Amino acid sequence: MGSKDVKVLNFWVSPFGKRVEWALKLKGVEYEYIEEDISNKSNLLLELNPVYKKVPVLVHGNKAIAESFVILEYIDETWKQYPLMPHDPYERAHARFWATSAQQKLGKEGSWTALIKSGEEKEKALNTASEVLEKLEEEIKGKKFFGGDNIGYLDIALGWISYIIPIWEEVGSIQIIDRLKFPAINEWMTNFLNHPVVKDSLPPRDKALDYYHLSVKKHTPN
Amino acid sequence: MAIDEVVLLDFWSSPFGLRARITLAEKGIKYEYKEEDLRNKSSLLLEMNPVHKKIPVLIHNGKSICESLNIVQYIDEVWNDRSPLLPSDPYQRAQARFWADYVFPAQKKLAFATKEEKESAEKEFLDALKLLEEQLGDKDYFGGDKFDFVDIAFAPYYSFFKIYEIVGNFKMEEEFPKICAWAKRCMQKESVSMSLPDSQKVLGFFMEMRKNFLGTE
Repeated sequence: MGSKDVKVLNFWVSPFGKRVEWALKLKGVEYEYIEEDISNKSNLLLELNPVYKKVPVLVHGNKAIAESFVILEYIDETWKQYPLMPHDPYERAHARFWATSAQQKLGKEGSWTALIKSGEEKEKALNTASEVLEKLEEEIKGKKFFGGDNIGYLDIALGWISYIIPIWEEVGSIQIIDRLKFPAINEWMTNFLNHPVVKDSLPPRDKALDYYHLSVKKHTPN
Repeated sequence: MAIDEVVLLDFWSSPFGLRARITLAEKGIKYEYKEEDLRNKSSLLLEMNPVHKKIPVLIHNGKSICESLNIVQYIDEVWNDRSPLLPSDPYQRAQARFWADYVFPAQKKLAFATKEEKESAEKEFLDALKLLEEQLGDKDYFGGDKFDFVDIAFAPYYSFFKIYEIVGNFKMEEEFPKICAWAKRCMQKESVSMSLPDSQKVLGFFMEMRKNFLGTE
């Protein structure tokens, strides 16, 4: 499949879109990258994702697929090389569960809330994050990646942790992941960031820091 | 061959739990149903779903699977010798997963809307349902000729149709004739009709919950 056939609509700093790119790169699928200015959405985006009007969107021939986890499974089912999902149904259910639960509890309710709130709400959010991290630490112990020796679906789904959380920690001057309390996660983060497909794919750190500084300001009540 | 032990931790009126029940019925799987008192959660529930502490939880030979659509997919993948619930084409599967997820944050907002929130909640809900009505089109089911994944995701909400009409200010049949016809079609399926609780019972329970939540009728 040539690069004209596959397109990815994304926003440079979006962790949701990065998942799609990592999956395609791992499978060696060429694609055309289309940058969206999400503050000024293009007609193309509105046409391709009329329901949510969000990135990422994967375009494959004349088909458009939205929602990053839906896209990941589509990619895995369409291009069979380098399988991302586990084979066993229980492991698959387990991976799907952690993909969405980590995004909700560690991401939104935990880290992001800790970033934009203060006092008791901040503490509660940090605890929520910590509870999830405890479970993830158990999951990753003894393995290089959640997928085993190689990166799999869950690594891609959780990959945002390795580069977004450190950025948020700096923006908010908070510690979300205690590196001593969660050594296995810490090691996984390093391994993930060093993977050839991930290493050169990340947004420029200083640009990302600026972006999130601004974003936090917008969301913090004055 | 070892006998499968299947247990479902659930709550009688939960639409999420209903998705699991309909799926188990579709596949003809024998299971033990355990009703949870959500104000006094069992130690089994807390052990099997420590992250969210929510129902439904499917326990298959001692291993727990959480989140309703995960459960539906899991059942489909394990008992894959009968009644496939997802299409075989990757794009159709992606569409099914997309629409199943779409159902249905808007209905919760409407259900618990205060007087001030009601207008915008109703609009959001009506817009969401319009989209679903379009998506259904002239098909028998969201899955086409077959009752499948999206139908299962959405069918449990049939018990709530009366509630939407009371809380909102519209008639489902007038606004969404295709969805109402679809709902009646689903109720003709044994897996749905035997699983869905009596809608009067659901209405009574829900209005009580809403009264307590809003402090009003």
